[in-house]
Amino acid sequence: MKRFVYVNDDDLSHELYCDNRISNRKYTLLNFLPKNLWEQFSRFMNQYFLLIACLQLWPLITPVNPASTWGPLIFIFAVSATKEAWDDYNRYLSDKKANEKEVWVVRQGSKKLIQAQEIHVGNLVWLRENDEVPCDLVLLGTSEPQGVCYVETAALDGETDLKTRNIPPACMGIDSDLLHKIKGVIECPQPDKDIRRFDANLRLFPPFLDNDVCPLTIKNTILQSCYLRNTDWACGVAVYTGNETKMGMSRGVAEPKLTAMDAMIDKLTGAIFIFQIVVVIVLGIAGNIWKDTEARKHWYVLYPDEGPWYELLIIPLRFELLCSIMIPISIKVSLDLVKSLYAKFIDWDKQMIDLETGTSANATNTAISEDLGQVEYILTDKTGTLTENKMIFKRCCIAGTFFGNENGDAVKDVELLNAINTGLPDAIRFLTVMAICNTVIPIKSPSGRVSYKAQSQDEEALVRAAASLHMVFVNKNANILEINFNGSLKQYEVLEYLEFTSDRKRMSVVVRDCDDGKIMLLSKGADETILPCAYAGHQTKTFSEAVDQYAQMGLRTLCLAWRELSEVEYQDWSVMFKEANSTLVDREWRVAEVCQRLEHDLEILGVAAIEDRLQDGVPETIETLRKAGINFWMLTGDKQNTAIQIALSCNFVSPEPKGQLLLVNGKTEDEVSRNLERVLLTMRITKAEPKDVAFVIDGWALEIALKYYRKAFTELAILSRTAICCRVTPSQKAQLVELLKSCDYRTLAIGDGGNDVRMIQQADIGVGISGREGLQAARAADYSIGKFRFLKRLILVHGRYSYNRTAFLSQYSFYKSLLICFIQIFFSFISGVSGTSLFNSVSLMAYNVFYTSVPVLVSVLDKDLTEKTVMQHPQILFYCQAGRLLNPTTFAGWFGRALFHAIVVFVITIHSYAFEKSGLEEVSMVALSGCVWLQAFVVTLETNSFTLLQHVAIWGNLVVFYIINWIVSAVPQAGMYTIMHRLCMQPSYWNTMFLIVAAGMGPVLALKYFRYTYKSSKINILQQAERRGGPILSLGNMEPQPRSTLLDNDLAPLSISHSKNSRNSVFEPLLSDSPNAVRRSFGPGATFDFFQSQSKSSSYSRNKDK
Amino acid sequence: MDDKKKNSKKPKYSQFSQQELPAWKPILTPGWVIATFITIGALFIPIGLIALAASDSVVEIVDRYDDQCVPDDYGQNPESYIQNPNVKKTCTRTLKVPKKMVAPIFVYYQLENFYQNHRRFVKSKSDKQLRDPDDEDDTHNCFPEDYTADDEPIVPCGLIAWSLFNDTYKLSSRGKAIDIDKKGIAWKSDMEAKFGSNVYPKNFQKGGLIGGAKLNEKIPLSEQEDLIVWMRTAALPKFRKLYGKINTDLDAHETITAEVENNYNTYKFGGRKKLVLSTTTWIGGKNDFLGFAYIAVGGLCLFMAINFILLYIFRPRRLGDPSYLSWNRQPIA
Repeated sequence: MKRFVYVNDDDLSHELYCDNRISNRKYTLLNFLPKNLWEQFSRFMNQYFLLIACLQLWPLITPVNPASTWGPLIFIFAVSATKEAWDDYNRYLSDKKANEKEVWVVRQGSKKLIQAQEIHVGNLVWLRENDEVPCDLVLLGTSEPQGVCYVETAALDGETDLKTRNIPPACMGIDSDLLHKIKGVIECPQPDKDIRRFDANLRLFPPFLDNDVCPLTIKNTILQSCYLRNTDWACGVAVYTGNETKMGMSRGVAEPKLTAMDAMIDKLTGAIFIFQIVVVIVLGIAGNIWKDTEARKHWYVLYPDEGPWYELLIIPLRFELLCSIMIPISIKVSLDLVKSLYAKFIDWDKQMIDLETGTSANATNTAISEDLGQVEYILTDKTGTLTENKMIFKRCCIAGTFFGNENGDAVKDVELLNAINTGLPDAIRFLTVMAICNTVIPIKSPSGRVSYKAQSQDEEALVRAAASLHMVFVNKNANILEINFNGSLKQYEVLEYLEFTSDRKRMSVVVRDCDDGKIMLLSKGADETILPCAYAGHQTKTFSEAVDQYAQMGLRTLCLAWRELSEVEYQDWSVMFKEANSTLVDREWRVAEVCQRLEHDLEILGVAAIEDRLQDGVPETIETLRKAGINFWMLTGDKQNTAIQIALSCNFVSPEPKGQLLLVNGKTEDEVSRNLERVLLTMRITKAEPKDVAFVIDGWALEIALKYYRKAFTELAILSRTAICCRVTPSQKAQLVELLKSCDYRTLAIGDGGNDVRMIQQADIGVGISGREGLQAARAADYSIGKFRFLKRLILVHGRYSYNRTAFLSQYSFYKSLLICFIQIFFSFISGVSGTSLFNSVSLMAYNVFYTSVPVLVSVLDKDLTEKTVMQHPQILFYCQAGRLLNPTTFAGWFGRALFHAIVVFVITIHSYAFEKSGLEEVSMVALSGCVWLQAFVVTLETNSFTLLQHVAIWGNLVVFYIINWIVSAVPQAGMYTIMHRLCMQPSYWNTMFLIVAAGMGPVLALKYFRYTYKSSKINILQQAERRGGPILSLGNMEPQPRSTLLDNDLAPLSISHSKNSRNSVFEPLLSDSPNAVRRSFGPGATFDFFQSQSKSSSYSRNKDK
Repeated sequence: MDDKKKNSKKPKYSQFSQQELPAWKPILTPGWVIATFITIGALFIPIGLIALAASDSVVEIVDRYDDQCVPDDYGQNPESYIQNPNVKKTCTRTLKVPKKMVAPIFVYYQLENFYQNHRRFVKSKSDKQLRDPDDEDDTHNCFPEDYTADDEPIVPCGLIAWSLFNDTYKLSSRGKAIDIDKKGIAWKSDMEAKFGSNVYPKNFQKGGLIGGAKLNEKIPLSEQEDLIVWMRTAALPKFRKLYGKINTDLDAHETITAEVENNYNTYKFGGRKKLVLSTTTWIGGKNDFLGFAYIAVGGLCLFMAINFILLYIFRPRRLGDPSYLSWNRQPIA
């Protein structure tokens, strides 16, 4: 399908295509309420709460006032709806601002100022300098006589440099007054989101030129959301408008990410729900039996002989409502609250501010901080992420002579300076290629200083180096380049650009020396594409040696070459080139082919080596994180040698003999398959040795491996802790992330450029570096940081604390709900299984909302270990990975604790408040106080560090409990009038409280102490060491290898599905913080015995206990 | 300009935002834990002993009479006895005073297997109606004891009031009656705030089914103390409610004759009725549970403390020894 755009035609195409109204809104005023409610109710928890709330409206079965559930429910819904509405309103406002921005558009033959949303396809749009482009335009005219204009595309692709855009040749030379009378037709493809392609044609109608078809490329367009710079005005015709622009099409709604922890909490909620149903069924049946056999004898309850048809349902439903508090409604609110605080802590962190640029860390996604603590794989980009992406020309090899080898900086090499000053022809030519074989735009500031705007950092480095070697590229005036060499001005006319593409891996320019009229071809590019183009008999051995030598040092290399062209040869070729450039089908390939015809018989001038320095602290960061058991994969578009060198220099892989690199390459299926098998075999053999084995794969082999040998490659991925993937495309990066995710690993992708965006969005956690390649990655990411080294702090400090805190908070929330629910269940056994609530509505609601929520919220300040200790012992992150602090086993501990505490509270209460003291209100308040006292001590016992706020929250909460109940007890209408006053006067009330606390906490404390001292976890040991002061020695560097369980465990076949389950778990009742326990699924066959037997043969316990 | 912009972007420093609030970080050292357990043990055992002594000093006479007060010819079918209005229900019991009982002596009736906490029962009352004569129609919780057959609201409505306990006791010693003071047995707060002084019983126990006691319609609810006591529902199926107080001392080995009017039907559901005379102390009535529980918990704490001390001596383990860290050890190949 093609789209035909009639330029400047007011009548046609209005209805055909949408107008330029941009809309990012999710809701409209009318559909907000239903749509939002629908979305909220698609979550299981919300459905559950709604069901409970509706059931409570039936007075016959509700144990409590329905307001106690409706209140919080409506509150929660209102909060999330308001948040959504506010976000949507802001989107609406920004849309409105963009839509109502005024632009100059030609209407009925004259320029008019209209709102941007009224632009239609085919309209002529006039832009002034620094205007934002309102829609996708095809450039027709600019203020510059050469028909170029400059645009900044940062908002589109994140690249901050200026790009040139040309008007199509057909429009060259049209007078600006005539422009608004221009008529024609543009044939262009249907809207898509590819911002690098635009294969179209333009045909102008008479009287403008002839009927010839003029090809259009992306170079002739200016796209929505770019800015016009350094150009007085530009004029273009709208081809795509509104949400059909390239920008609009690529604007996807990012899928909300769910943390592993959220998933686990959901699972646990489901388990509790099933448990609840079982309890309800059992109690419901028991209740009905008791009713039929016993209750009818109890004449004072006056059971009617014949009940309504639903009579059998009443008691089960009553129990359902009684037990509904098992799933705490407060957990969602508390989690949202603490999660946003974790994000704030990241934003606020002073130690993550990049002092050079003043950028602080930023958590865009506030909901996934816990996942940071569970990272198992980090996939990192190289350029700009590990390195600074600040290219500096360091060394060169000109005509077989190495420069810069002594002092490491060729620009200061005296011999090179001498060679240039003496006018050595090779050196001069080398410099000339450095200076003009590029697409750099020099910009002269008023003070006379020249700065360069370049698309590629390499080109900028070369031009700068040339400038400091006295070959200054001073001005670019349309096709005329001015070079200032040692004070004399030289001019070159650029005839053609043979552009760089990632397939060609080289670029060339054809220039004419304005002094002598000679035509030259200047080329630069990767060695493997330039060296084969040398003329026959040319000795290129020294150059390839130079390339190897430089690559060994981790430098990026470029080969520079030239050739003189005869006028005839150029003219012949030029025709072909123009023709290729105007093909519609496979243009890129045709152009490349034509370029090839010119780029041969080159004389190689030399090799330039550019250094991309490692960022500060990269090796240390990688070492620390590897110690923490995180596996690193490097995904880079760079070539294999450079990638390996960088990997060596930043501790990514160890040098021989400790480390071993296994190469997987090959161009055909067979080769790749053989290589893969060989590497896998080596991996399996060496897995027992403490050796650093990494595999290296290139993009081509990866493509084949992923397509045909996915299973083998997946196994390799699991076996190998380190991998280097070079020459990979953005989509391959994303595929690799997907592969690791499918093995149920938590992945973190970090990158800085537009090519990392897909990987960042795909990964569980995306981290963007707000670096020199622009902000695109940082914008797409969940977290943005200034430098790679902050990743250490982000994971080890923020991620770990967040995980620990949420693990406690969520399990505690279940504990306290279960505690009160168990008491209700026990009470039903002494109240004729009739579903009486021991507690009144006010107490139940306040228990959930105040008494138990406030103290635990301050656990966001809890730190089990100091940041320093964690940094010294990153291995401790092991306890966060794979959910070792929140999983069914630890949850069983909390469940058991709730049961135990419920028994303690219930038994003590009904025995000490027996006989004449057994009033319902009193017993209820005694039991409630018992729960509140116990929970204060539970929080205290589980807190590792007490700040002032913790004391206030824990003990203040107890005080508040009494104050609230004293106040309620003073209201004559309240059911508990004077109850609390009476209780507080009784010595036996206080005796009961102390007894409950001692009996409830004594065993817990004893168990915890025993394990703390005699079966201490690593966290405990570090805590002890830290609190005792003095240095904590870390002797060896043996990393905990979580996955070695799999490797050593012969029982488990080497299949992916087992990789998670076979991690061991230790069942430890009552105490919740069993660190050895791990995430495990509720899947069928995952029986308890299975895990017990697994744990015996697992190697993690070997690591730990021997 | 530029500098200012940069600075404003930087977050403000505070101990809170940097998570650097000074914190107290206790750890479970053997010293602390053992000391805690010893302290608890040392405190709880004496308290338990004191509580036991206090409970022991309470003198209590408990006499179950429901089974004994059924004439032999009804032995097989006590229900027909209790439901027969023509049979005399009076029954005489003899109580022995084991120790000297000092006034005030509380007279309770104890019911067992009686579910005042049953869901149908416990909700079946109207607080508003009890408090205010204008709210006498507020009976929505009281079904089926809300309206009479001719749609008149029952005051007090509901099952609780309807089932009011109606056994009566008369005590005498050596032929001399012991006065049971029935005033002041209900909570003052209930009489003042919960039961209206201008609310009078109406249509009460007039329906086909007679539950328990009848009320004198001349006396306002706020002075119907038996009702007020009964309506403080008990949380347990075994409970005592205050019947009255004896303001004279009873000597040891004194024999008391109790004349019980056995009206209340507990035979249908196998409940038990007991007459209880008891003194009180600071912990309330006789209840050994707290004392024993304190001694048990205290003993357990001491036991654990001793165990931990022994462990500490015989299997000492240095806290925070980095050599326990697995990654500090060479892997065993």
